[in-house]
Amino acid sequence: MYHVVKKRLLATGIALLEVNAPAVAAKVEPGQFVIVRLDELSERIPLTVMDFDREKGTITIVIQDVGYSSAIITGMNEGDEFQDFVGPLGVASEIENYGTVVCIGGGLGIAPVHPIARALKEAGNHVISVLGSRSADLLILEDEMRAASSEVVIATNDGSQGVKGFVTDGLAEVLAQGHQVKAIWAIGPMIMMKAVVDYTRSLGIKTIVSMNPIMVDGTGMCGACRISVGNETKFACVDGPEFDGHLVDFDLAMKRLAFYKDEENRAKARLECNHEGGHH
Amino acid sequence: MTEKVENTKKVKIPRHDMPCQEPQVRARNFEEVALGYAQETAIEEAKRCLQCKNPKCVTGCPVSVLIPEFIKKIAEGDFQEAGNVLKVKNSLPAVCGRVCPQEAQCESKCILGIKGESVAIGRLERFAADFGMQSGKSEVVKPQSSGKRVAIIGAGPAGLACAGDLAKDGHAVTIFEALHVAGGVLMYGIPQFRLPKEIVQTEIDNLKQMGVEILTNQVVGKITSVDELMENGYDSVFIGTGAGLPYFMDIPGENLNGVYSANEFLTRTNLMKGYKFPEYATPVKVGKNVAVLGAGNVAMDSARTALRLGAENVYIIYRRSRDEMPARKEELEHAEEEGIQFRLLTNPVAIEGDERGWVKSLTCLRYELGEPDASGRRAPVAIKGSEFEIPMDTVVVAIGQGPNPLVTTSTPGLELNKRGNIVADPDTLVTSKPGVFAGGDIVTGAATVILAMGAGKKAAAGIDQYLKGK
Repeated sequence: MYHVVKKRLLATGIALLEVNAPAVAAKVEPGQFVIVRLDELSERIPLTVMDFDREKGTITIVIQDVGYSSAIITGMNEGDEFQDFVGPLGVASEIENYGTVVCIGGGLGIAPVHPIARALKEAGNHVISVLGSRSADLLILEDEMRAASSEVVIATNDGSQGVKGFVTDGLAEVLAQGHQVKAIWAIGPMIMMKAVVDYTRSLGIKTIVSMNPIMVDGTGMCGACRISVGNETKFACVDGPEFDGHLVDFDLAMKRLAFYKDEENRAKARLECNHEGGHH
Repeated sequence: MTEKVENTKKVKIPRHDMPCQEPQVRARNFEEVALGYAQETAIEEAKRCLQCKNPKCVTGCPVSVLIPEFIKKIAEGDFQEAGNVLKVKNSLPAVCGRVCPQEAQCESKCILGIKGESVAIGRLERFAADFGMQSGKSEVVKPQSSGKRVAIIGAGPAGLACAGDLAKDGHAVTIFEALHVAGGVLMYGIPQFRLPKEIVQTEIDNLKQMGVEILTNQVVGKITSVDELMENGYDSVFIGTGAGLPYFMDIPGENLNGVYSANEFLTRTNLMKGYKFPEYATPVKVGKNVAVLGAGNVAMDSARTALRLGAENVYIIYRRSRDEMPARKEELEHAEEEGIQFRLLTNPVAIEGDERGWVKSLTCLRYELGEPDASGRRAPVAIKGSEFEIPMDTVVVAIGQGPNPLVTTSTPGLELNKRGNIVADPDTLVTSKPGVFAGGDIVTGAATVILAMGAGKKAAAGIDQYLKGK
């Protein structure tokens, strides 16, 4: 039932999958996520939504080959099915007309920022998107982001495209142009989101981040995804995933992400071992 | 006269033990602990039943199982019929025979228990239900359709029991389940070694054969709502979403790596089969020393699971004394036999971590018992200056669960109490919203499987009445 309608490789190891899930597509809003499970043996994996088509009944997700399960999903092809596809989960982004807003996407984080930027633009905002990646060949969804935004600034670590540096350097360039930025969405690796909020805190610009902690059920039942926001424990799955970035304890969140590192490595090694076993 | 003599003799026959795996063996595997009665033992035990004309045991059962009747069938050796009699009132007998607190319910009312030992009703229930399951001859009678549709939110004990009775009344039932399998706590919470998942699945498959439709991956409150269900042709809705929101202690260090809610720890192990990692991709991790905070059945399940996952020392940390522990006696005994260490009159005050953010130790305070408190139990009082630290790698918080707010907050007009539980009429379980009923932990707060099933059945009766009047 939840089969892949369309697959596109966005960069090495990064795949876009458009999945048939009409009931989810009917309800999903920007900022929400889904949980997928490939088969009986698989983990439940939370993925933020990159796009949705209510008429076609599809949800588009973007996934990078970084671990055991993500490697298998990245390798899925058109027609392949997910056994389970749950959503929409989490609270939707607060979309309203703020004036000028900045949407920052770092690496894979460009995917979830896409529907938010588009909705903000449709709500009348002047949307300046700042996209970051290690290098030009890893930059994903540039065309989609140009269509969803009023302006786009690109920052690459190696300077192969746009500003040389990090998304914070791209943001600095936007702010230097004198824009009165009312709100910022920043989605990407924890370390990137931390750098952005450290930068915007002193400027007093409201900065929303989307947290991606370890999760199991995604409905508030297990509490694995707890994070500290303003010294209060919150569950990212039901209270978030978006939070006021200036209140999030990123150091704690980053430590918690490492909890299953050993097991992840074991699982990945096993996958690589199987691949070398002669099946491929 | 002869009957009386007969009965006096029966009082003297001791209750038959149920064979179990040896503690040292079972503490390291996930196979079922209790092995069930052999046929001869079941007949012998069933013959102890006095077949009271006015059976008190039934009054102790939340779902009013026809206890003397099914036991009589076992005594006669008609095990198949015993299973059928069970199913008249109980749609999940193989589950109840394993996890019901019979000693506090049916068996506590048994006349034999006054002078001797009560009939082992729970063990007999398990025996008859398992026989029916293994013979594969469970009868499924599809009643005439009423033309009415009922939506049930949550495929846990309350929802399944409600669905079973509504299907028997001829109503078309659809269950909306948030997880990828039906069963609720029977699947994610209660461990394999106490309630094999194959048993739960068979009982659920029986419900499906009765015509109950189960839709998994449906998070009501997100993908649809109670109001939308009513607009989309359901004549009534039952909310049985349980107590799925874990409570934490609110002590320093609870977000360190190595601290689990019991829900997470058990879900990873049972639902996701983390004990079979890496064959199953979801990991679950325990260290050498594991503390389980709390002393209810969930705490015992967590402690025994930790042992089976390879922990060396597993502690139950509880601030009251042994007599106040809320877990079933059998669970406590099983845990103790397996080597779980009880640290009673002890309360954790902080979890200490290392520089990488992992649990390192648990700081506790010793307690003594003071005057009785509001609960009637002697209140634990902290002993000043009694702090001590125990090295610890893993901490599982099992101090209870609250109502999950996803459904309740997305349903305008639904009256809640101050704890967030749904307010429902005690007789019909109708809520403040016409046509919407609720039962189980979402109404009462965290309780037992059988109480939730009782509520599901009560709600089914309420819904049936409501639909007949429509």
